[in-house]
Amino acid sequence: MGMTIAEKILARHAGKDQVRPGELVNARVDFVLGNDITAPVAINEFRKIGVDRVFDKDRIALVPDHFTPNKDIKSAEQSKMLREFAREQDITYYFEVGRMGIEHALLPEEGLTLPGEIIIGADSHTCTYGAVGALATGVGSTDMAAAMALGEAWFKVPSTLKFVFNGKLGRWVSGKDLILYLIGKIGVDGALYRSMEFVGPVITALSMDSRLSMSNMAIEAGAKCGIIAPDETTLAYVTPRAKRAFEPVYADENAEYEKVYTFNADDIEPQVAFPHLPENTRGISDVGDVRIDQVVIGSCTNGRMEDLRTAAEILKGKKAHRDLRLLIIPGTQNIYRQAMHEGLIDIFLDAEAVVSTPTCGPCLGGHMGILANGERALATTNRNFVGRMGHPGSEVYLSNPAVAAASAVTGKISAPEEVL
Amino acid sequence: MKGQVWKFGEDIDTDAIIPARYLNTSDPAELAKHVMEDADPSFPSKVKKGDMIVALKNFGCGSSREHAPIAIKEAGISCVIAHSFARIFYRNSINIGLPILESPEAAEKIKEGDEVSVELDSGTINNLTTGETYQAAPFPPFMREIMDKGGLIPYVQWRIQKEMR
Repeated sequence: MGMTIAEKILARHAGKDQVRPGELVNARVDFVLGNDITAPVAINEFRKIGVDRVFDKDRIALVPDHFTPNKDIKSAEQSKMLREFAREQDITYYFEVGRMGIEHALLPEEGLTLPGEIIIGADSHTCTYGAVGALATGVGSTDMAAAMALGEAWFKVPSTLKFVFNGKLGRWVSGKDLILYLIGKIGVDGALYRSMEFVGPVITALSMDSRLSMSNMAIEAGAKCGIIAPDETTLAYVTPRAKRAFEPVYADENAEYEKVYTFNADDIEPQVAFPHLPENTRGISDVGDVRIDQVVIGSCTNGRMEDLRTAAEILKGKKAHRDLRLLIIPGTQNIYRQAMHEGLIDIFLDAEAVVSTPTCGPCLGGHMGILANGERALATTNRNFVGRMGHPGSEVYLSNPAVAAASAVTGKISAPEEVL
Repeated sequence: MKGQVWKFGEDIDTDAIIPARYLNTSDPAELAKHVMEDADPSFPSKVKKGDMIVALKNFGCGSSREHAPIAIKEAGISCVIAHSFARIFYRNSINIGLPILESPEAAEKIKEGDEVSVELDSGTINNLTTGETYQAAPFPPFMREIMDKGGLIPYVQWRIQKEMR
């Protein structure tokens, strides 16, 4: 019987020839990560297990990215726990402020998330690495603690949904729009407990940055992972930066899928998710008149070079609307530097944007751009739950960077064509 | 176990269960003070030890924050019953020993204020207010073993000791 990518990766890591959906397996994990919110809980749990050392100091990443540079004393204490644990355990991939980035932008860039691997992270957007062909999934802190001790984790083998994207992407349509459109079609639990595989000519033609945006939001459909089979684009990206040997895994031709969805990208325009769920999507032409107080361009979903270049293309020579705050947050220090070299930061500053050091900050209502009661933000982030970016009476709309940049200029949610 | 029910709707996300503005600590008692606050601001003040949460589909969607089931458990909630759970919340609950059951029928029929008793081994849910009985799928033996040991950490301790012997 053939296997899907997720089934095959799980089988290999569990030392089995074959696994079937629903089966529970213990599998070896190639990489484990946590951040300044989740890792402190994991470190406390790790201490209870009664082992002195982590299973492999080269296979753990600790990234203080959520409330950093620390916003208050309590969050500074949490980061201190990470720092001290990293020193004690001699963790190779501890990324201090100044060297860090938003974890899911940083770790692929560092060549630490590779095709065919199992990666678990105490952060729900760990599924981002499905874009390089890994089985990557979010877990909680206790799972992280157990994995740091044992180098393995328990998994229920998911069934797989296949999503075929035919046609051709329109101008200003990106991976973010494909995934928002998909979530709009199947709902926030449409892929609950499932593995998603993204295939088709549109995916083949998609840039690595757009693929990372797409897999990033698999969790927003409830999925365990969202995988794109490694191809030339993947290998061109991972090979020069890989920190470990890796072996790509592909689905068998006779793999069994629970369901196959087929979409035509010709029908997909830039998407906007209305409050308070990512499934509340509309095409940009159906948005209507939505005034906004803040625009955020960044996050683990859309804080990469392609995103900043797109934003700059639209913002060049323009200014943010006077009734609106524009926040732009490069995903990593390298992205920040590259954006500076390309002159993008000048364009952003000329547009009167705030350009910040990498942080998850506003995406989760942590810091650096909290909304007041009744305020409305358009963000390139991944969630628009009640109170996500601040006051429970505020609202978050989600879009791609092009729409976000155009909307920053007009002060209301707008198609890029409106300002060009 | 037996308790009085607080009823919630669909897609209750982890930001509603414990908003990120409180995540600068992992102290369970602090987290419990704000449990479910953005879904029902009065919830932390009215929840009593032993109470149960019953919700519709996709309970606990969103972030991986274990602070969410921790806050629920620390607030004294004895069991969460839902039509379905988001997968990380489901995992986290098993790993920290918070009893949860999936039953679409129970999630639909149980109302706020109902008195409910639960038998985890069999997955039987009795609505003492209406006299109805609902059946949740019992946990697979492996998950049951984690829960019987009190969560993943005691389970891992047990496994390591077993391997050393």
